[in-house]
Amino acid sequence: MNSRIKKLRNESLTAVNRLSAERAMLVTEFYKSDIANQVSIPVKRALTFKNILENKKICINENELIVGERGPAPKATPTYPEVSLHSLHDLEVLNNRPKVWFRVDDETKKTYKEEIIPFWKANSQRDKMFVLLPDDWKAAYEAGIFTEFQEQRAPGHTVAGKKIFQNGMLNLKKEIQESIEKYQNSDDPKAQDKIEELKAMNIAADAIILFAHRHAEELDKLATIENDSNRKAELLEMARICRKVPANAPETFHEMLQHYWFIHLGVITEVNPWDSFNPGRLDQHLYPLYKKEVENGTLTKESTTELLQAFWIKFNNHPAPPKMGVTALESNTYTDFSLINLGGVKEDGTDAVNELTYIILDVIEEMRILQPSSMVQLSKKNPDDFIQRAIKITKTGFGQPSIFNTDAIVKELINQGKDIVDARNGGASGCVETGAFGTESYILTGYFNLNKILEVTLHNGIDPKSGKQIGIKTGDPREFKSMEDLRQAYNKQLNYFADIKLNGNNIIEKLYAEELPVPFLSLIIEDCISNGVDYNAGGARYNTSYVQGVGLGSVTDNLTSIQYNVFEKENITMDELLKAMEANFEGYDQLRHDLIYETPKYGNDDDYADQYAVKVFEMFYDAINDKPTYRVGKFRINMLPTTSHVYFGSVMKATPDGRKAFEPLSEGISPFQGADKKGPTAVLKSAAKIDHLKTGGTLLNQKFSPTFFKDEKSIEKLGHLVRSYFRMDGHHIQFNVVSARTLRDAQKHPEKYTDLIVRVAGYSDYFNDLGEDLQNEIIRRTEHEEI
Amino acid sequence: MEGTIFDIKHFAVHDGPGIRQTIFFKGCPLRCWWCHNPESQNPKPEKYIRTNKLDGKEFKKETEIGYRVTIEELFQTIQGDKIFFEESGGGVTFSGGEPLLQADFLYKILGLCKNDGIHSCVDTTGFASLRTIQRIAELTDCFLYDIKITDNNLHEKFTGVPVHGIIENLKWLDQNNKNVILRFPVIPGITYTKKNITKIKLLLQSLKNINQIDLLPYHNISNGKYNRFKIENKMKDTKPLSDEEMLKIKTEFESVGFKVGIGG
Repeated sequence: MNSRIKKLRNESLTAVNRLSAERAMLVTEFYKSDIANQVSIPVKRALTFKNILENKKICINENELIVGERGPAPKATPTYPEVSLHSLHDLEVLNNRPKVWFRVDDETKKTYKEEIIPFWKANSQRDKMFVLLPDDWKAAYEAGIFTEFQEQRAPGHTVAGKKIFQNGMLNLKKEIQESIEKYQNSDDPKAQDKIEELKAMNIAADAIILFAHRHAEELDKLATIENDSNRKAELLEMARICRKVPANAPETFHEMLQHYWFIHLGVITEVNPWDSFNPGRLDQHLYPLYKKEVENGTLTKESTTELLQAFWIKFNNHPAPPKMGVTALESNTYTDFSLINLGGVKEDGTDAVNELTYIILDVIEEMRILQPSSMVQLSKKNPDDFIQRAIKITKTGFGQPSIFNTDAIVKELINQGKDIVDARNGGASGCVETGAFGTESYILTGYFNLNKILEVTLHNGIDPKSGKQIGIKTGDPREFKSMEDLRQAYNKQLNYFADIKLNGNNIIEKLYAEELPVPFLSLIIEDCISNGVDYNAGGARYNTSYVQGVGLGSVTDNLTSIQYNVFEKENITMDELLKAMEANFEGYDQLRHDLIYETPKYGNDDDYADQYAVKVFEMFYDAINDKPTYRVGKFRINMLPTTSHVYFGSVMKATPDGRKAFEPLSEGISPFQGADKKGPTAVLKSAAKIDHLKTGGTLLNQKFSPTFFKDEKSIEKLGHLVRSYFRMDGHHIQFNVVSARTLRDAQKHPEKYTDLIVRVAGYSDYFNDLGEDLQNEIIRRTEHEEI
Repeated sequence: MEGTIFDIKHFAVHDGPGIRQTIFFKGCPLRCWWCHNPESQNPKPEKYIRTNKLDGKEFKKETEIGYRVTIEELFQTIQGDKIFFEESGGGVTFSGGEPLLQADFLYKILGLCKNDGIHSCVDTTGFASLRTIQRIAELTDCFLYDIKITDNNLHEKFTGVPVHGIIENLKWLDQNNKNVILRFPVIPGITYTKKNITKIKLLLQSLKNINQIDLLPYHNISNGKYNRFKIENKMKDTKPLSDEEMLKIKTEFESVGFKVGIGG
């Protein structure tokens, strides 16, 4: 790392996370204007976007190479009152909460009090949503049966594809014009709506060009007062680049990075899509330009590395917009889930690993920052060198890169009906979510608490925490004669809640489609232009809405425990078990011991337990998969938790697996912490029993103590372990490599470990930023591994 | 047919090539002072009190170490990890205890593995009749063969059995070009003495085909086990060697043309 990057990195790491009212003011100001009320909704949104980009402060940090900030300064994070409005109380909480805080100054509070809140009160998407959502939805939501992603953040989860890296806005404007002409001369009954949407896209394209030009002007100004001749030349070159991209297709490596960065800023300024935005297959997009420039001699390995590092820092300057309430509990982190994909296959199906892939891996290792997150796509066609290089970085213990199975991803996408080339251009984003990059709108809609549904089933539809009847009556479990009776009751409850969730999703999708179109994002995802339909309304080539199953390991252990202890061994009656759970095992020490130590558990390659993982998975799949969405897409499932396994545990009383009330559940498809006793091969075999190819992603966290990575031979064997899992169609695996002793010390002396990054679940985070529950849970997982 | 085993380790990475499943046979004719698996010595299942901790409370339960397993059950468990063997060039390792003490059982299970294309290793002290060694050599792909002390009296003192049969068997394996990786437990004051190292070097030099040896460092992780199984621990005050000392031995054995690994 050279001194420039060191300095920029340090500035990024030490920048204070603060809330900025700049965007909220510009949006409000425009919404109050006459013109805003005279145009169509898409055009209004595009003009709002333009108003922001025309007027927001241009920020160019000293000595940087890639320019553009979403807020007025690094980590100055805007708000999105049209999506969800922060109350004054919320601002206080954000300012004062001990973890993942955002400083809110008095000026911002005043602006909120006098301008933002009076205008948006009862008018944000969130407010409208809660009016429209039915009571059964609210009851289930409040009980913690599921969460809702779109409640504070707009639909997102999209990734840039090949097209946007190879085209400038002027090309897109041409396409827009052609599409407008097509609809002007058609008898499509929605032609008028489509033309309005296309006009909006055109305005959005102009707005981003204008934004880039404002940077060019600022850079020119800085150049005139710059004394250092090298820096002056750099500033002028950067000004040239900002005049060229994103209007035109990038033709140099530097141009492409800047081009993408403007587009990234556009997407995360227009609204606050969940999982920000993502350049996707970065080594593939950049490689042709890298190769050309290395041959020409205009780029060296050093300059390539420096540019990439400068690019990395830009991501780190942009924390996830502040989340509140339940949404903060399910995903409380500054990470905004841009996940750089490396390797995999090219669109002709051949090995995609190239020289640049390895350079980027070096950058990841050296930068060691939270954002962007990174992953490697491993296909059977990729060389062993590649996986071993990736594992060596994992060994350094900050949880990146995670490892994905390209061949499974391609099959998953094809199973969903996608074209093979679109599938091969895809990958994973966010935590582990499968998508066709650049051609798909795949929205995560909420976590689904598979265990809470079992709890409700065991109480005949009543939530034992609140005493309210939130489910249907499926019978008193004391009367169940067999596991089959329980299975049927659980399946009924699961379908009941799945229907409530999907119905809610459709209401919310309609609200976004009609009231909050995203013309800028629609420019980027293919077929929105030719369809003349917004990204949020189903304009993309593929439209998928995911529901995320959480706690597979725990629900498997809970069902296994009932089968083993109640129905098979008859160690205890259902009534006694329920009483012990109600008492949180107070006075039932021996029973709790037996539930934990003497009962078969998921994660040991034991079909006795694992059969329930498969059964629950299939029930969940059948309840959701392939059902139609409002946007004329499909509902699908994936299995990932972010941090919701902690939240979902906190809404639940004690469970049949011996877990005490309010403790975390298992995460992803990993076994419950400490339940796996036969080592990693057994975990992988258990996890591979569910059919990963039916999902849009699964998350498996495998813990290793650092000693495991001590030599080349061990790393080779880990590579083989991963390949074996992938041969069984496993979707993803990540390694957590840090000793429990280190973590415990970090908990005691956070000040000594400000840079300690650990793998949480599908992403890495600063250990200090995690809630204590989650810290404890990670320590427990890690300890177990070290025994 | 049944055998007695006391543990199965999946994802074993130090008992032969690739990812391995190691089956620990129960029963051993040797009584090495430094034995890391003292619970493996008695050929019969043994009772002991297992203690689990939960929220600071201790839960004691009488349980058994070691269990009878049929050929079919064991083979099914081995086959369960085949995908890992294939990907890594690994396989199954029969260890112990002394697997040759249950030679008929071992012979049968090796036959099933061979038939199914599963790579196998036999981790042995070499203390068996030549006939047994020859039979097993027909079926296994590799021996992990312990060589400890060359002096017969000392060998008897520290392991309880004489060494000459072990060396005879080794010579037969060498002459018949069988695949053997030697393993030398480095025990301070016992196998790690100037005299013994010199003699081991001579033994290595006398071998024609075998050219690989792994050094197994002594560590005292087993102290707890000795207490648990109420076996006299003669080594509890012995300190493990430093990495530098291990490297020194490595260099010595390399000087006689051997490929030397540390840690197996």
